[in-house]
Amino acid sequence: MSYGTNGNRFAIQTFSLSRKFGDLVAVDGIDLSIKEGELFSLLGPNGAGKTTAIKMLCCLLRPSSGTATVMGRDIHEDPMAVKQIIDVSPQETAIAEYLNAWENLSLIGGIRGLAKEEVKKRSEELLEMVGLAKRAKEQVRKFSGGMKRRLSIAMALVSDPQVLFLDEPTLGLDPQSRRGIWEHIAELKGKKTIVLTTHYLEEADALADRIAIIDEGKIVALGTPQELKDSISDMQVMVVKAKNLPPDVIEGLKEIYPEVKTTDDGIEIGAKELSFYEIVDYLRPRGVAIQSTSLKQPTLDDVFLHLTGKELRE
Amino acid sequence: MKFAELAIRNFKEMLRDPMHMGLEIGIPAGFLAIFWALGRSMGGESFFTTTMLVPGIAVFGFAFLLMFSAMTLSRDRESALLSRLLTAPLKPRDFILSYSLPYIPMVVLQIAVCFGIGALLGLEMPGNAGLAFLVLLVMGICSVELGMILGLLFNVNQASAVGSVIITLVALLGGIWIDIEAIGGVFYGIGNALPFAHAIDAARYAMIGAGFSSIATDFYWVLGYTVVFFALGTFLFRWRMVE
Ligand SMILES: Nc1ncnc2c1ncn2[C@@H]1O[C@H](COP(=O)(O)OP(=O)(O)OP(=O)(O)O)[C@@H](O)[C@H]1O
Ligand SMILES: [Mg+2]
Repeated sequence: MSYGTNGNRFAIQTFSLSRKFGDLVAVDGIDLSIKEGELFSLLGPNGAGKTTAIKMLCCLLRPSSGTATVMGRDIHEDPMAVKQIIDVSPQETAIAEYLNAWENLSLIGGIRGLAKEEVKKRSEELLEMVGLAKRAKEQVRKFSGGMKRRLSIAMALVSDPQVLFLDEPTLGLDPQSRRGIWEHIAELKGKKTIVLTTHYLEEADALADRIAIIDEGKIVALGTPQELKDSISDMQVMVVKAKNLPPDVIEGLKEIYPEVKTTDDGIEIGAKELSFYEIVDYLRPRGVAIQSTSLKQPTLDDVFLHLTGKELRE
Repeated sequence: MKFAELAIRNFKEMLRDPMHMGLEIGIPAGFLAIFWALGRSMGGESFFTTTMLVPGIAVFGFAFLLMFSAMTLSRDRESALLSRLLTAPLKPRDFILSYSLPYIPMVVLQIAVCFGIGALLGLEMPGNAGLAFLVLLVMGICSVELGMILGLLFNVNQASAVGSVIITLVALLGGIWIDIEAIGGVFYGIGNALPFAHAIDAARYAMIGAGFSSIATDFYWVLGYTVVFFALGTFLFRWRMVE
């Protein structure tokens, strides 16, 4: 085992990290090494174990077996040392409802031991960044869901931690706010180690240095976004734009081509070898009105579907 | 003092919730007035003299504080906020302090309200008002620390139910409106084992002139409970900290 402090700069290492809830294995023997300054993304469908993994790394959940280190400190042996250097934006919005936005940021700054001046300066920047500067003095229970969410993320950034955990930071935000948060995360890149979980593939694709795809508690793939895409470069994806696509027809098609994904205006079919005629001959007689077909490069979405058999978004 | 900021937050939450102020101040004030009026209309050698009522109703008021402090902690435990705060390098003791210290001003306020209204109704304190205050202050802190324990053991609904039971117990067994010694038996045994009756008795004696030495046993009884509750709360918090 090599820890981050002796030359081999790993910010986070997990060793067969596992967590059970009763009979359910939520995280199943994860081994990861995340480099210092890396932006590492955990991608996985609902219930894959992402939040459970992050909670263990934040010392909120005890592993059932295995362990992990954060900047060389063991999460089980020395949780206080770990807590000194991390911060987290939880998946659920976590704010004090009766305080105003400003006071919420001060609260975090205070318990993380920052000087008042520092908190003030950073809070101003952060409130500006999340677009809440004008409403900073209002009790946050009167905020909209998206505003609360943005404040909750800003709270994770006050203390400027060495290691930052962002659990689905942009879930439920409008595209504009999401882009704002992305820009900020991109600015932090390289300056600190960030572990980001997300349902938005474009988010991981745009931001992450490396991505681990997690399914049913296990890591099923690991690599840079490009490596993951290359891993299925021999795959073809056919885009079918069509009207009148009943679910049972899609299910039937899956018996021929297992990797079928529904899109807004049709389906996408991924496979090593695709037969255009086979697909059209299957769909036409079943009353599907095909408008167009085309081939495209596989995306991370397709990698995901290929590896887990699941679509990422519910 | 990293926990100061959290204590301030908890204090603000209390001030900004009108329920709190209303009940915690309104109940002792209202009960004091009602029972005083009752005592007057009964006439003669009533149990309901201001000297008897003021300490009893102050302690009765603390039982509400106990319930509220339990519910606040319990509600936070279920929220994502506390789990976020738990990722900060604070010790269990810091958390217990930041959830109980904000109630001390409220304890002081409750005692002041009881003394103030008592004075308006003709309360005389020939004895040591400061000593009576001190006894009640410790009892108030003791109640809040018990609230911490309930808040750590129960969810919000359970905490409010158990809190109500405790309020009733304090009312019955604390010797506020009835002389539990005269009743005797199990009733007295339980009442006497708990800190509430000791605090009320000690404060009554201090008000009419007893010195510290004559109430020392009662005082240490209450103080002992306070220390034990605080230690137990800290222990439970440590246990709850990692699931
Ligand atoms: N406290 C708990 N008690 C029991 N089961 C739990 C608990 N927390 C999580 N689980 C279970 O563990 C599994 C993994 O949950 P987790 O929240 O880690 O998933 P996730 O990848 O974060 O999913 P999502 O994308 O929906 O947030 C789920 O089956 C969940 O029901
Ligand atoms: Mg999750």
